[in-house]
Amino acid sequence: MKHIKTINGSTLKDSMKTGGCGECQTSCQSACKTSCTVANQSCQKN
Amino acid sequence: MIHKFTLFGTNIVVDTNSGAVHVFDDVAYDILDYYKEYNKEGIEDKLRGKYSKQQVEEALEEISALEKDGLLYSKDTYDEYALKGHLSAWSKNIKALCLHVSHDCNLRCKYCFASTGNFGGERTVMTPEIGKRSIDFLIKESGNRRNLEIDFFGGEPLLNFSTVVEVVEYAKKRGEEAGKRFKFTITTNALLLNEEIKNYINANMHNVVLSIDGRKETNDRMRYRVDGSGTYEDIMPVIKSVAESRNQDNYYVRGTYTRHNLDFSRDVLHLADEGFKQISVEPVVAAKGTGYDLREEDLDVLYKEYERLAEEYVNRREKGRGFNFFHFMIDLGQGPCLSKRLGGCGSGHEYMAVTPEGDIYPCHQFVGMKEFKMGNVREGFLNREIQELFKRSNVYAKQDCRECWAKFYCSGGCAANAYQFNGDINVPYKIGCALEKKRVECALWIKTRE
Repeated sequence: MKHIKTINGSTLKDSMKTGGCGECQTSCQSACKTSCTVANQSCQKN
Repeated sequence: MIHKFTLFGTNIVVDTNSGAVHVFDDVAYDILDYYKEYNKEGIEDKLRGKYSKQQVEEALEEISALEKDGLLYSKDTYDEYALKGHLSAWSKNIKALCLHVSHDCNLRCKYCFASTGNFGGERTVMTPEIGKRSIDFLIKESGNRRNLEIDFFGGEPLLNFSTVVEVVEYAKKRGEEAGKRFKFTITTNALLLNEEIKNYINANMHNVVLSIDGRKETNDRMRYRVDGSGTYEDIMPVIKSVAESRNQDNYYVRGTYTRHNLDFSRDVLHLADEGFKQISVEPVVAAKGTGYDLREEDLDVLYKEYERLAEEYVNRREKGRGFNFFHFMIDLGQGPCLSKRLGGCGSGHEYMAVTPEGDIYPCHQFVGMKEFKMGNVREGFLNREIQELFKRSNVYAKQDCRECWAKFYCSGGCAANAYQFNGDINVPYKIGCALEKKRVECALWIKTRE
């Protein structure tokens, strides 16, 4: 594409098929303790 | 739903429901203002004189192609899942406990949400017995979850390090028997952190969170001992030594900024200048009238600070002097799955806190609020009604979140903050939301520079 550069595709929708195992880290345990940002956690399957 | 914004001359477009992120040139970006309201001729008419007809046609084709591929204006098909709450990640299995091994502290930090360590109660420490019952409770309640987490928290957990050691050794043994893998974390102010403790932490803890607010004047204004003396000079060398001994990984230096240091980017950069590679400095959550609470009129200044920090973050990275800032880290490609993003931090249903007496609360921030007491690890009883309340508190249960472009990045925010400010875990804390959105915008811009 000439006018648009996609830096991330449809990852969220795709994760519906494989996600939900619940083995990932609890977000609050990492560093925040007050201001949750779930999107910076990683998936255990990757 | 889309969200578009321009930062440092880069036009970024987020398609909320697919998770797609794009960089648009000016013509494509301007078309979005009219795309849903006008047909092709109408858009050409609106942008005549600014761009050529060919430019508009080309960009329109690209936008249409993205929409067709489900990468722009994609539909929200998730709320049915969310409202049913039937995804496996929302089972009633518990996977993490925050153990308050000490409701006492050797500091009297002004902004402490734990009322300077005791959470509004007696200054007590957890016995090894209560710690071990907590491990038993977690294993029992974890169902088929294999990865379990324990965070040793306080007050100051090093005031009761013998219990920490005893509980870690017990958990390792019990975990092996039960087929569970424990990850341990400790959050400390580092005042009592000696070589022996450091070695034990490095051998056993997956993560260590070391509290320091940044510059000496910032840190010592809020973080001081019982006698009023600041801690910066004593803790800085210790914290550096821990970071180095862990090869600058699997730790965080963790600070809090307040209204007294609205120029907090300087504190973050100070920590980076001191050599730290894993940094988290976060907004204080404080009641009105404390004097250091963040207010709506501070937001513009804070937005600029995040921008300043993002710019310098990229500069340093490009020069090989980069560091990680917790809130700028977003894994777009391999981040959490949808069910994790819908469910949020897990407080009250898969993550809970245990007091020195063994009382269970939805998370460390709810400790002491009697109406949220969920049970006690000695009895093994858990109030399933409270657990259900938190389980159902996902982004679609919160009206403000349903309509928000950032809902899958923050996942509904902090339930405790929502309750403290609005008396309802489903009504998010407004200033927290505003700052979160700004951080996500900066984080996305940083992604465009990689």
